[in-house]
Amino acid sequence: MALDEYKPQKGGTEYDPEKTEFTFVGTRPDRPDGLDKVTGRAKFGADMSAPGMLHAAIVRSPHAHARIVKIDTSKAEAMKGVKAVVTRADFADDIPFKPGMGGELWNVLENVMAGEKALYDGHAVAAVAATSALEARDAAKLIEVEYEVLPHVTDVDKAMAPDAPVIRAGTRDRSVPEGFNENVVRYHESGHGDVESGFAEADLVIEDHFKTEATHQGYIEPHACLAMLGNDGKGELWCCTQGHWNVQKLCAALVGIEQSQLRVTASEIGGGFGGKTAVFIEPVALALSRKANRPVKLVMSRSEVFRATGPTASTSMDIKIGMKKDGTITAAQGTFRLQGGAFPGAPCEFTAMCAFAPYALENVHQVGYDVMTNRPKQAAYRAPGSPMAAFAVESVIDELCKQLDLDPIEVRLKNASKEGTKASYGPRFQRIGLVETLEAAKAHPHYSAPLKPGQGRGISCGFWFNHGGETSVTLAMSEDGSAQLMVGTPDIGGSRASMALMAAEELGIPYENIRVTIADTASLGYNEVSHGSRVTYASGLATIQAARDTVRKLKKRAADKWGIDEDAVYWEDGYAKPSGPNAGEFEPMHISKICAKMGATGGPIVGHYEATPEGAGVSFATHIVDAEVDPETGKTSVVRYTVVQDAGKAIHPTYVEGQYQGGAAQGIGWALNEEYIYGEDGRLQNSVFLDYRIPVASDLPMIDTVIVEVPNPGHPYGVRGVGETSICPPLAAIANAVSAAAGARLRELPMSPPRILAALEKQANG
Amino acid sequence: MSKIHVTTTVNGDEVEFLCDSRETLLDVLRDRLNLTGAKEGCGTGDCGACSVEVDGRLVCSCLMLGAEAEGKSIATVEGIAEGEELHPLQKKFIEYAALQCGICTPGILVAAKNLLERNPDPTETEVRYWLAGNLCRCTGYDKIIRAVMDTAKDMREAS
Ligand code: FES
Ligand code: FES
Repeated sequence: MALDEYKPQKGGTEYDPEKTEFTFVGTRPDRPDGLDKVTGRAKFGADMSAPGMLHAAIVRSPHAHARIVKIDTSKAEAMKGVKAVVTRADFADDIPFKPGMGGELWNVLENVMAGEKALYDGHAVAAVAATSALEARDAAKLIEVEYEVLPHVTDVDKAMAPDAPVIRAGTRDRSVPEGFNENVVRYHESGHGDVESGFAEADLVIEDHFKTEATHQGYIEPHACLAMLGNDGKGELWCCTQGHWNVQKLCAALVGIEQSQLRVTASEIGGGFGGKTAVFIEPVALALSRKANRPVKLVMSRSEVFRATGPTASTSMDIKIGMKKDGTITAAQGTFRLQGGAFPGAPCEFTAMCAFAPYALENVHQVGYDVMTNRPKQAAYRAPGSPMAAFAVESVIDELCKQLDLDPIEVRLKNASKEGTKASYGPRFQRIGLVETLEAAKAHPHYSAPLKPGQGRGISCGFWFNHGGETSVTLAMSEDGSAQLMVGTPDIGGSRASMALMAAEELGIPYENIRVTIADTASLGYNEVSHGSRVTYASGLATIQAARDTVRKLKKRAADKWGIDEDAVYWEDGYAKPSGPNAGEFEPMHISKICAKMGATGGPIVGHYEATPEGAGVSFATHIVDAEVDPETGKTSVVRYTVVQDAGKAIHPTYVEGQYQGGAAQGIGWALNEEYIYGEDGRLQNSVFLDYRIPVASDLPMIDTVIVEVPNPGHPYGVRGVGETSICPPLAAIANAVSAAAGARLRELPMSPPRILAALEKQANG
Repeated sequence: MSKIHVTTTVNGDEVEFLCDSRETLLDVLRDRLNLTGAKEGCGTGDCGACSVEVDGRLVCSCLMLGAEAEGKSIATVEGIAEGEELHPLQKKFIEYAALQCGICTPGILVAAKNLLERNPDPTETEVRYWLAGNLCRCTGYDKIIRAVMDTAKDMREAS
């Protein structure tokens, strides 16, 4: 993540304040892949088949923690139609175990296929490929696994207790102070000033404890792939992923082949939200394919998705904030304990670093713990770690405002981080738009609209870093003057449209004349995963730069034709033009005319750009929500919702609104209903959508959006990523609305009806 | 195990297939008839991504057996457009960006079309409850509901 201060970049990738007029950027054209996606012809992960294809199924541990004594595959192997069975022995054996995140490759392998121990309910222990999906499932039942069940732990606080069962000794890294259970595997501490003297200056100090349960990204498309690998070490893989180069790298290592010999093609992707940045079934399908020497299709069931793919971390948090009567925050302190399943990696540092980022604080201190439990390996989920921190911090700020009788927006404005503020996590902010989102929220009719009896209003701010990352883009001109743009970041929510808009802006040709392709790993340089809200920022920046490279080449062709210097040519609206009377008198030359002759004038015209952009501007949001609590059933309804967020520059405003609305809706689910429920036996009890209920259409109101545009200094048009920040404020905003509506403060998520009823009862009993 | 022979109609075409008695209609559509427009989001009737019409009734094809299709008339997302002319709902979904990833879109289009055929003038609440069985994780439903309501309005005005 780009946590350092913004560094000016070379080569014109910085914000151009002169560029305020746009022809295409900011318009709302139909997405290029729209027709495919409304007719059912778009090919998602499970929609691909191959001649001779086998189907596979995975055997999973029913135990939360167990030693694998023996796996007997003989009955399955003897079954008619079965072509291959794999266990851990069929994967690379040269991947070293290391403490902390240093051994991430080992962690990925251990998660993909259990070694000596099954570490959570749903952990893969073996897999089988057969001639049909039904046969594969039948064969999986014939694989006999003998387990020695071990004591388990699934709660973060319990896992930190001195007598908790240890998930894996030797995993903690050197950051962890002495005296903790070995399940505490990483430690983070940051801040500045002196919080004790800050608290002493406060008129009111509130200290409180909060907990949030794990939630799942809940993408509607289960993980799916089609793999082909021969014993010549060459492979092909089709899968739904947020980043196919990452899949290539991890899979090649796990099955022991060269990275370049595995070509990975990203299918259309049915949602990811961070959860499709890892590999789960892909290496298994490759190993089965190699053994059977046939293509293998592997598709997860919904229950496998819940049991074995990344939920968020669950948390236990302590927050202490001091405030003066005038609303000035004098000090803030937070302790954040995150469990991330049976592997290191819960984003405790992000939780800690995001917690107080919206506020300019003289005294701030934050601590994070990464804790292992017998749960699935957590995966990124939209601004990983930040929403939980915002829930705790913004709830305490709300309570301070209430007790000091202060307006919650005024208090946030008074303390808001601005350009030049030393962030709670270290660097100084460049140009940011928090104040602008707060002002827009204050001015929004929603904030002053009257409430009905039984309703309450809550607000919250939220913060996310955003990210750049390795990026590679190619733009190839065709003879007719249309353009083929190849990007390496899967299109999860309309990014083809924003890429085409940016390319059209630079080339000066119609949006429709640009064909955007998500290139496979063999057709483009490395591209980091579509995460960190990086696509419109980084692939967009690379698209602009690749288009500018193309324009340079187009101008050169015109200059050569005219016999003048290429610096005497400029580019406007798709034409090469002589730059002034001194350059000579020439008819402007259209792009189609230049391209028609490209074979004879120097060959194909192709622009490209490769870099790791580091100027992803951070992003802030302010949400307003009205909620109604039914005191009899404990059910909370969200009756009105407004998202205000800084987009830097909205390339395709409709899809920006969509990101705001989607983040808010996921936040509403997280706040009110969604949770991982583990039984005493350590098994997940709600692994289907009926029991893990995400918001449905009848649960939600319309979600109003306001796009604030405070340009990011690190992007030519000022773009900031927008995908993740939108999920940061809802948890607290809703908790604050519930508190206003029902008079009870909920400190544990989700605020499900039983918890609300319990809180109301406690309130009534004083 | 011997397979079951089924004769049915899909999007107006007569089709025949052999299937296992355990295969769902969704399995048959996707794996035997190569109609991969209907998606499997859950396999338990909870997400609506597999929505199809059977004799005009909206059903989750993951909850119906392939063998039960005998003699029925099935309509899937692949049959919504007429030739190259998209259905007004399809056009409006693109125009309003009522899809982000698009995995829920086939099921939602089938369900919404079925609604508008029964009720050309639904209220927002009616649309929300009719589509409550179709999960979308990306959009927060706002643009979907607007697209359905405005398509209904356009279709009323056009008729
Ligand atoms: S796949 Fe049929 S309802 Fe989800
Ligand atoms: S658009 Fe992704 S699930 Fe609906």
